Amino acid sequence: MITLFGKPLRGPTSLTRLVLLVLLSIALLTLDHRGQHLEQIRAALKVVVYPLQVVASIPVAVYQHTREAFATERTLREQNEALTAERQTILVRLQQFEALEAENARLRDLLGSAARVADRALAAELLEVSLEPFSRRIVLARGTRDGVYVGQPVIDAHGIMGQITEVAPHIATATLITDPSHAIPVLVSRSGLRTMVFGTGDPDSVVVPYLTASADIREGDLLVSSGMGGTFPAGYPVATVSSIDNDPNEAFLTISARPAALLNHGKQVLLVWPGQGQGKSRAPTSAKAAP
Amino acid sequence: MSATPEARGGATILATFLVAIVLNILPGPSWAEPFLPDWVALTLIYWCMAAPQRVSVGTGWLLGLTLDVLYGSLLGQHALAKSAIAFVTVRLHPQLRMFPRWQQAVSVLMLLFFNQLLVAWIRGLTGHAPGTVAYWTPSIVGALLWPWLFVILRDVRRRAHVS
Repeated sequence: MITLFGKPLRGPTSLTRLVLLVLLSIALLTLDHRGQHLEQIRAALKVVVYPLQVVASIPVAVYQHTREAFATERTLREQNEALTAERQTILVRLQQFEALEAENARLRDLLGSAARVADRALAAELLEVSLEPFSRRIVLARGTRDGVYVGQPVIDAHGIMGQITEVAPHIATATLITDPSHAIPVLVSRSGLRTMVFGTGDPDSVVVPYLTASADIREGDLLVSSGMGGTFPAGYPVATVSSIDNDPNEAFLTISARPAALLNHGKQVLLVWPGQGQGKSRAPTSAKAAP
Repeated sequence: MSATPEARGGATILATFLVAIVLNILPGPSWAEPFLPDWVALTLIYWCMAAPQRVSVGTGWLLGLTLDVLYGSLLGQHALAKSAIAFVTVRLHPQLRMFPRWQQAVSVLMLLFFNQLLVAWIRGLTGHAPGTVAYWTPSIVGALLWPWLFVILRDVRRRAHVS
């Protein structure tokens, strides 16, 4: 035993270690919360823990593989027919859309407004892992090497899902519109009223908190992105108003809305680069063949 | 295998923690969220009770930090909470070991609540406090699973002769 002044020296007691680690934790929390100082460290640590995420996503991947392997020929044929029919409908609407787009460009030209540019989109696969319980975030299998950036909009076939909040070279984390920390500027499609949509942590609804009783908004109204703030491109569906409660004791209406995107079910999502599309085509470039 | 018994023991403990971490991040439907326990907390409590000289505050902190990276939460959030419950468990381990299983489960419940409380408090300070009562039910589920998990981990410990 080593002694110092006659007293045996022992390793740090658990209390000492606790105090030191608590102080270290507080330092990390402050740095991580206040600034982006820890981005490098976090990115490096993410690479280290990536194998665990891969392992955790195996059960769902196996289940989906097995389900597809056992799909009978009849099921596949039915799916094929349904998809072909849907594709026909979409192509017809695309023709109408292209005509409308041309008319819109002519009208804007007449008014002297800037032309609307198409958006580029890239499909991304969801990594089947769960993040912190009761937070609404998803992990995508795309990263900086695909050009993904923080703040990039994430959408699915039905509407806006959220935005990218963290990127690493090979994966990225997106915060959904239902996360308590997320807000998105929207436009009421029918009336043109501009307002904001906030998440609450509830996986199936969002709220529109700052409207008074005189606001022109009704149940069933479609809320689309207004493009204000520059993060999200304008015109994409965000949510549909599901209930409006006018409590005389409250200064504002209590408005709930149902998100347009399939936030809890999607397997593939789209990453959007606003204003960087080529020509008139809005077809997204697809990911490598999904397993 | 030329691994010393101590190294084998360490590998066993590490393996149980890795399994617990993977269980924590396994995807599930959102309706199931309130019913999924914190496996890492439960495993940490077990090893702090059974092998306090090997698994203590530092291990808890590292586990918590790993969870922070995997969960995408602020670095230090779960690290602080896990190191705190490791500390309490190590300090109380002589008494905890003597308790009958159901009384242990109650203590585990308190520890799990404490863990969730610290995390909720930090989340509250940074603006995203959990909004529902359902946030706390994982601790209850964890305490209910404790007797079963204790037996499993004890078997693992005995098979691997972890001291």
